[in-house]
Formats: sequence, C-alpha cells, structure tokens
Amino acid sequence: MAQQSETSIVDIDAPYWEGAARGVLVLQQCEDCGQIRHYPRLMCSNCHSLRVGHVEATGRGRVVSWTISHHAFSPKFAEEVPYALVTVELDEGVRILGRAETDFELEVDRQVRVEFRQHEQEKPTLWCIAEDQKGEEN
Amino acid sequence: MSIVEKCAVIGVGETKYERGSSKSSTQLQLEASLAAIRDAGLEPRDIDGLIPIGITGATAEELVVNFGIPDLRYSALIPHGGASGIGAIQAAVAAVASGVCNNVLVSCGRNVTSGAKAGARIHTMPQFRYVTEFELDSGAIAPVQLYAPMARLHMEKYGTKSEQFGEIAITMRKHASLNQNAIMKKPMSLSDHQASRMISDPFRLFDCSLESDGGAAFIISSAERAADAPHAPVTIMGVGMGHPDSPGSITQRPVLTRVGVAKAAPRVFEMAGVKHADIDVAEIYDCFTYVVLCQIEDLGFCAKGEGGSFVENGRLSLSGELPTNTHGGLLSQGHMLGINHIVELVRQLRHEGGAAQVANAEVGLVTGYGDMGDGGVAIMRRG
Repeated sequence: MAQQSETSIVDIDAPYWEGAARGVLVLQQCEDCGQIRHYPRLMCSNCHSLRVGHVEATGRGRVVSWTISHHAFSPKFAEEVPYALVTVELDEGVRILGRAETDFELEVDRQVRVEFRQHEQEKPTLWCIAEDQKGEEN
Repeated sequence: MSIVEKCAVIGVGETKYERGSSKSSTQLQLEASLAAIRDAGLEPRDIDGLIPIGITGATAEELVVNFGIPDLRYSALIPHGGASGIGAIQAAVAAVASGVCNNVLVSCGRNVTSGAKAGARIHTMPQFRYVTEFELDSGAIAPVQLYAPMARLHMEKYGTKSEQFGEIAITMRKHASLNQNAIMKKPMSLSDHQASRMISDPFRLFDCSLESDGGAAFIISSAERAADAPHAPVTIMGVGMGHPDSPGSITQRPVLTRVGVAKAAPRVFEMAGVKHADIDVAEIYDCFTYVVLCQIEDLGFCAKGEGGSFVENGRLSLSGELPTNTHGGLLSQGHMLGINHIVELVRQLRHEGGAAQVANAEVGLVTGYGDMGDGGVAIMRRG
C-alpha cells in the first residue's frame, strides 16, 4: 500500500496569524536582500528570492487615509456602525488596515500605534491607537 | 504590426435595464448579444470570436450552443471587473487585425437584484485574496469601503469637496432623464445629493452606482468589413490597459490617488494620434462619483488635484466642454460593467444618441475601471 505523503503546502499567511494570536504583528522579510513586505507573498519583488524570514513590527506608524462606514454590509457589523477603517503606514514602510475607536481624531500623518484585539472565537483584528492614548491592555 | 484603425465596432445591443428582472443573466446576455448581431447585419453563425464579460453571465460554451456557432476560432476571458470591456476591445482588435478571427462578440448579462448581490461575491474572487484574508474581518466588505480611503485622501490633500462629487451625480442623472433605457430618472439636486445617507464616508448613497439587471453587447470586426455593415462604422483609433501599483491591495498602494488608467492614457492618446481637445464626448466608468473625478485627472484632462474644480459649472453636461456619460452612466442608467458605456459611445458617434446626442460628435473616448483600479481606455471615431 502506498504511503500517504506527509508533505503539505506551506501556508504563507500562517506566521502572520500565529503572531496575531499572541498579539504580535509579524511581517515577512526577504532573507536575501532584507526587504520587508506585506501582505504576505511568495517572492521578494526586489530580488526575486523565495527565501523568506519574519520580523516583529514595532507597531508604530502614521495615518494615510480612512473611511467611516455607516452602512453595515453584513449582519455582523450592524451593531458596530458607524466604524472607522484606517489605512496606516508602519515605520517598516508597509501598511495595514485597522479599526479605530469613534473618539479617535482622524488626521493625515497622525502618529499611531497598532495592536491586535480579539473577540471570542473571531480572528484577531488590528486597531489604531493614537500615540498619546492608552491601549486596551495597558 | 499596428492595430491602429484596423477594426471597428459594427454592432451594439442592449436589453431593458431594470431591477427585479425575472430573466436569468444568461438570458439577458443572449438577448443583448442577438440584438448586437442583428444590428451588425450578421447572423449568429458569423460570430467566430467570443469574449464573455463578468462572472455572472454565460460562458463561451453556453453562447456557442445557444447560437449554434459552428466554428469558434477565438475566445478569451478578461478578469478585470469593470475594465474588462476595454480589455476585450484590446483583445478583439489584436485577434481580428492579426487574422485570427473575423467577428468578435463581447457581451455581458447580469441579474444581481434577484440573483446574488455583486458586493458579496468579491471575496470569492482570487484578485481580492488580500482583502479577504486581511481586511474582511475588520469590516472592509464592499467595494465602496475599499475605494473610500482613495477619495478621502484626495479631499484631504487637494481640498476636493463632497459637493464636487455631487456635481458628477447630478449631471449623470440629468443625462439619464433623457434616456428611455435608464433606471433612475427622478431629478436630483445638489441638496438631494448632500441629504442622501452616508454609506462609507465620504461616499453617500448618491455617489454610488446602481445594482441592476440587464444585458449589453457589441461586435468588433475589421474596418473593411465595417464598410458593408448597415450602420456608420465606428473605428477604433487606439485602445490600451493600465494597472495600478499594488493591483491586489489598495491599502498597500504607495500613491492612493492614482489609478491604472494613468498608465494607459498616454499610450492610447499617442496611438490614436489625437489630443484631449479633440475628444467630443467621453463615457467614463462611474462605479462611484470620485472614480470619474480621479480618472479625468489620470486621463490628463486636468492636473492631479484639479478634478474637483474641473467638474464644476456643467463642464460634464451635454453643452459643456467634456460631455460625459451621455447615457446616465452606472450612476443613473444602470450597471452593465461599462459595456453600456461602450454601446453609448458607438451610438453617439453614429449620431444615434437621441435627446442626449452631442452635436457633431466625431471623436470620443471610453474608459473602464475594475476591481481595485485596473484601467482601460479606448478612443474611437465616426467613419
């Protein structure tokens, strides 16, 4: 009887989600040229290396842009509208899309830090906190 | 080999645009396709190239069996949402000019009001992988939420105002009121626009296009063949596609206020050998008002950041400097993935624009915009 292969295809998103589960923002970094990239992908667009490592982001960045959603496009968000979705450029040069509390003053280039929050069994999501505000866990 | 002026659009067809159609997307696509074939003076058996548009309608195989097409020589899929119609012109022109096939039918059929909602489907599409994996759980669910940060940054950076988005919405509505086949004809004022509910700031309800049902189609053939067709030929002078940086993620895009059409436009104007002032009529993809404004800049009709003041004072109206979306667009006629924009440009250049005809229209431009900013432009002329 042929043995079943134990090989499985590498999930390039797994390190991000493993980091998120511990509250750490993990980014891919090319093991050859050192370029940091996000969202996760197979190849370094700078040197075309397939060798990839990971770094923990500082979590610091600046506001690029945002939207405030007033319409709930899924029942899951019906209780949450209006809510802000914020595009943040991290100090590492890559970006994330995060949520922000309603009292967060949205302004281009505002300095922020991002942190993961997780509710029950849902996937962890990133939240933006103004540098001068206290985070949920601090 | 050049494709310039080798091909023409010889037939166009549309169904009624409505909401709550009882017809399937495939039936709507077949009806529009047959109308385009008849308009071109052809029989279904003459079609030897097929480019079905969108993810809701018929496959090439479905079209072959329904029409009894005996010898399909060419087919293609263009996976760029609302830019696919222009991508199809590009593919069809290349195929016909190189002798691969003779008559290419490009068509779409949509039933998204009785059928599945378009917005809910994007997360199953491979080009939205990054959004689905990393943004959906934060609440970025619909295209309006993905595009809104582009508009917001434009407003912050250049002082663009919601009222300027409103100018676009009002003008499209005015044009729709002249069109028998438009869904939204009720007059809209600037205060109506400003009072419409916020969907995803800065986009209000009246900044968003309609979800609608219908079918639209056109046929591309060689310029020689076009001379024998029943209608005045509409020659394709130039066509091209352009894709934004980071085409799979708006979040990661270094310059949020520029879309793919910025790369395509210089190539297409050069190919066509025309200047911006030569464009008599423009059909500009309008899934959202801001997307029109951004493309006007990226096409080169004004400098980046000046789109807000450009669209003021009726410049996009029928008597304005750049009559735009003479059919009412996706905002007020109906959402046919921009195939209705291509159909409308052909009608304008045939001088069959009815009450919305731009006087003496000789040269016109049509754009497409898909997914996260893929862009396409075609420039056509009468004759």
